[in-house]
Amino acid sequence: MLVDTKYLFLRLGQAILVLLLAFTAAFVLLSLIPGDGVTARFADPALGLSADQIAAIREETGADSPALSRYLLTLAGFLAGNFGFSVQTGAAVSTIVAAALPSTAVLALSGFVTALVLAVIIAVLATYGPTSGPLRWVRRALDATPSLFISIPVFWLGILLIQVFSFQLGLVSVVEPGSAEALVLPTLTVAVPLSAPIAQVLIRSITEVKTSPFVKVTQAKGASEPWILVHAVARNAILPGLTIIGLIFGELVAGAVVTETVFGRNGIGQITAQAVTHRDNPILLAVVVIATFGYVLINLIVDLLYPVIDVRLRGNRTSTLAQVGTAEDTGPAEPVSGNFAGGKES
Amino acid sequence: MTASALATSRSTQSTPAGSSASAPLLAVRGLQVDYSHGRRHRGDDSSPAVDGVDLEVRPGSMTAVVGESGSGKSTTANAVIGLLPESARVTAGRIHLGEVSLTDLQASGWHGIRGSQIGYVPQDPGNSLNPLQTIGKSVAEALRIHKRADAKSARAQVIELLAKVGIDRPELRADQFPHELSGGMRQRVLIASAIALRPRLLIADEPTSALDVTVQKQVLDLLDDLRAETGMGILFITHDLAVAGERADEVVVMQAGRVVEAGPAAQVFGAPATDYAARLLADAPALMTKSRRTAVTSASSRPFVSVENLTQVYARSQNQVIGVEEVSFTVDRGTTLGIVGESGSGKTTTGKALTGFLTPQSGHLRVGDFDAANLGQGWSARRHRLDFRRTVQLVHQNPYSALDPKFSIRQTLLEPLRNFGIGSRGSRPELVAQILDRVALPSSFLDRRPRELSGGQLQRVAIARALIAGPELVVFDEAVSALDVTVQAQILALLDDLQKELGLTYVFISHDLAVVRQIADTVAVMSQGHLVESGPTEELFARPQTGYTRTLLDAIPRPVVGA
Repeated sequence: MLVDTKYLFLRLGQAILVLLLAFTAAFVLLSLIPGDGVTARFADPALGLSADQIAAIREETGADSPALSRYLLTLAGFLAGNFGFSVQTGAAVSTIVAAALPSTAVLALSGFVTALVLAVIIAVLATYGPTSGPLRWVRRALDATPSLFISIPVFWLGILLIQVFSFQLGLVSVVEPGSAEALVLPTLTVAVPLSAPIAQVLIRSITEVKTSPFVKVTQAKGASEPWILVHAVARNAILPGLTIIGLIFGELVAGAVVTETVFGRNGIGQITAQAVTHRDNPILLAVVVIATFGYVLINLIVDLLYPVIDVRLRGNRTSTLAQVGTAEDTGPAEPVSGNFAGGKES
Repeated sequence: MTASALATSRSTQSTPAGSSASAPLLAVRGLQVDYSHGRRHRGDDSSPAVDGVDLEVRPGSMTAVVGESGSGKSTTANAVIGLLPESARVTAGRIHLGEVSLTDLQASGWHGIRGSQIGYVPQDPGNSLNPLQTIGKSVAEALRIHKRADAKSARAQVIELLAKVGIDRPELRADQFPHELSGGMRQRVLIASAIALRPRLLIADEPTSALDVTVQKQVLDLLDDLRAETGMGILFITHDLAVAGERADEVVVMQAGRVVEAGPAAQVFGAPATDYAARLLADAPALMTKSRRTAVTSASSRPFVSVENLTQVYARSQNQVIGVEEVSFTVDRGTTLGIVGESGSGKTTTGKALTGFLTPQSGHLRVGDFDAANLGQGWSARRHRLDFRRTVQLVHQNPYSALDPKFSIRQTLLEPLRNFGIGSRGSRPELVAQILDRVALPSSFLDRRPRELSGGQLQRVAIARALIAGPELVVFDEAVSALDVTVQAQILALLDDLQKELGLTYVFISHDLAVVRQIADTVAVMSQGHLVESGPTEELFARPQTGYTRTLLDAIPRPVVGA
């Protein structure tokens, strides 16, 4: 039994609360912006609509009803899976989002996986790279890459990649590419800045774990460096990396918005950019809720993974093994309370 | 093999078969180790960490390397197993394990030596096992690394090894994780994994210094048994002369990277040839036969500290209590009460209650005129609580973590003055200078940070910080346990002087009976949350009333000297 059911329900409750709060905050902020989508769409003199017609449209869309009733109505709609209608096109938000979501999901997933692979390679080479010999610089250089990668603006990287790989080297086509081909450069654009914080955290945690006494004990048993990395260091070093993975999901969404714009990919990022320009609040609200949902889901998975990786976080383990107990030659190992002077074994 | 069988084999052992006295298992000749960088904080960066060390370990015997911290004994051990830090290297000398020259080995050559020929038992059992691995896997590690067993046969060997080092229910224990075991058991697991491949040499680097005396005795007995049974040699690193004297065949005394004295244990202990060895010997608490003085019990006034039926139970199983139950004692003004017991006996909980960091479930605690069990709540009682804190001060075990690393010594000492509103802005520097002088530290230390001080110096600062508030009662929780014997003796002498000068009352918590014997007027022995015995120090040591106290006393190592 790795996961405590009570804990699981508690975390699910928290996740729902976070979603509700994000929805509410987004709704309040969007209604605070002066002007609204209906005015922006229909009051354009070029359309030539009369004041009465505009008033009728406002009446129909409920644009002038009190904020609270609009809030409750929208919330009820979201709960029923009805995200409302786009002010700009009149199409159902759910249709627009459903059309854009798969392409973004593919980009996000491939970008995320690439970032992970990149981060692990950088971290391992920066900590286990050659310490002497002609390739000594590799280690130093890779130790510095995270700071370089995090300083690169996404839009600039995207343009640079197109310039180099498509126009100069002609490796990847950006004009009418195949579906896999179309994914290569955007994936790199998303992955590079995303890999930086993961790599940085992994470098630090590997360095720290490497100095632990138990690693020296394993070395004293005759283990080689790769053996130590795989069997002793990796699992201990991965926990901080897991935490950062949960936190950078927000960056993944932001990166996707810019990347899709640069590469002209139809996706959540692009409809968000359009919705902002046109004050298309229903779409923005749906995007906020979807992004929050992704964020909450990732962090829930991360939290549930901790006890799988680290036994010390499995709350109920000690009780199941109570018959084996800890009492032996020293009596109970430590008092249940925190030892205020630091025990001898600390 | 059962414990009784081991005992028989030990009692019947002579020298292991086939070992001629002339062929050492390990021979270190003229070893010199230099730290190329990273010693900038100390002034002596020009001298090598280890210089001209000679030592030998014979099959089936134990050679102990003794010295203070910084004497180079651990560096010597690390050089033997080829695990010096990156900044250090062997600059001269040779190390031979049998026929193999270890100083000439390349990285690939070491893989065949470490684990299979040389086993290593580290100091701190708390951090020396992979926390995410079951102990069964840790023990099997050496077998797997050297491909001596597949997963299935490794399991059987692991259980055998665990049983051999005296771990109960090895089949169940093998699936437990390190944090589920006590310190003594973890040390046994580390020994089991070090001997898995039956190495010829075992390096034990302070293997018992983190353990209680009774557990220490068990672990040392285990090492003796293994030595007798397998004929392996042990290189034993320790700062504890008593342990070295009791267990080792040969003793090598190190100071500042050099061997100052070496020879058979009986010779070094019976007639130390150098002042340094004599001083180490004199400072070792276990070797002290007399307590400092007998209590000057003033029968006149009421005791300064009075504890009645103190109870704080965290958990209970059968007759064991985690926490404390129905503990009562008194301490007269100007005297020292020593509280001794193994870890988990409730010493620290008692100390916590005395210093007002814990409101007990029941019982009375009086310190002077304060009711320590009820210091009052809220803003109105704030002044009262502050007065209590000023009256009762605490000194922790670990001076490295008890001081804020970002504070200079001056800031550390000014903080209590400011918090308690003692003195004025103008008079405080003078108070700080006075207290530093009292703990015998030079005023040039004022602007240093904790990392620039040694453990003993840091503990003096911690004591100064406690005393600057002008307390009447000071509670020391394992305050000298982390220090070398020589430093320990200095701190104990300092505490004694301060007590006489300032009329302080001490409660001295320790797992080390020998230390308590030197400092305490009265002693209270605790076990599993209960106070089992108390009385004047000498009386208790001479005529222990309970079996538990006798066990504790018997576990104090007794070197060969004068035996």
